[in-house]
Amino acid sequence: MSEATKAVVKDVTTMASPVSLKFRARAGKDLSRFLRGMKERRIVGRVCPSCNYVYVPPRGACPTCGCPMGDERVLPETGTITTFCIVNIPFEGQKLKPPYVCASVLLDGADVALFHLVGGCDVNEVRMGMRVRAEWVDEADAELSLETIRYFVPTGEPDRPLAQIREHI
Amino acid sequence: MQQPIDGVLEAPYVMEYTYRRSLGPVMSAFFTALRDGRLLGARTASGKLVVPPLEWDPETGAAIAGLEPAAEEGVVTAATWVAAPEPRHLLQEPFAYALIQLDGASTAMLHAVACASLEACPVGTRVKLVWSESRTGSLRDIRCFEPVN
Ligand SMILES: [Zn+2]
Repeated sequence: MSEATKAVVKDVTTMASPVSLKFRARAGKDLSRFLRGMKERRIVGRVCPSCNYVYVPPRGACPTCGCPMGDERVLPETGTITTFCIVNIPFEGQKLKPPYVCASVLLDGADVALFHLVGGCDVNEVRMGMRVRAEWVDEADAELSLETIRYFVPTGEPDRPLAQIREHI
Repeated sequence: MQQPIDGVLEAPYVMEYTYRRSLGPVMSAFFTALRDGRLLGARTASGKLVVPPLEWDPETGAAIAGLEPAAEEGVVTAATWVAAPEPRHLLQEPFAYALIQLDGASTAMLHAVACASLEACPVGTRVKLVWSESRTGSLRDIRCFEPVN
């Protein structure tokens, strides 16, 4: 390299040093059924025969009772925000532009909340108890993925009182 | 996402932290020199040449005395065979990973030796450095080493 060129070429002061772990993940029987439900734009949960808790996504065994789970149950696409956070920080691989909201959504009839995104309103309008419904991607774009629900949007119904969702936070 | 016969879904799952680290004065000089087609080692107070350089004398922990050009030829001190290279490897055809002690250096550096088999790269083999055509300031700026006949 000539001295003239050298003057404009900067020193190497950093290096990319990614840490990468490559897995093949197996979803298990219940999560597989849930993901197949997503492809059909249905939300599939499962009921514990002992405590009657409805889990979504479904599990093979009830984490409280330890017994095998019972029947499958298709859940409605409406629910209530129990907790949420506003994401303000950009990071690599992010799909939405901050600020956006991540929320735990307690679907009507379910006993555990589903973690997802909230869209269709200003982030400052999101609150605990807010009623929301799933906004699906088009049928042709439905995948074996939770991303088949694009996000949850406000329904405009009155909020659910905190006393009704307190047990599920 | 695959759908195997047993009905359980499977998918690749990659967990990656996309770090970029700052190099500091010693490693910055080392990688800048690599980009410019020069190999540097660190001279320690006791007179040893550490290649690739370390920021500190491995024996005393003292700061190194300075950086100096290292030889581009040396000797294999240990080697192992990579029969099925992965995309992340330096060479895409089978090669030897070897510890190479460059002439005048007191330590050995790990790099790839392009050769036909492990038998072609026994301990004591003389090798020389082959530069990559396009260099960016990484250890890949050294394409590989090759045996000298
Ligand atoms: Zn139970």
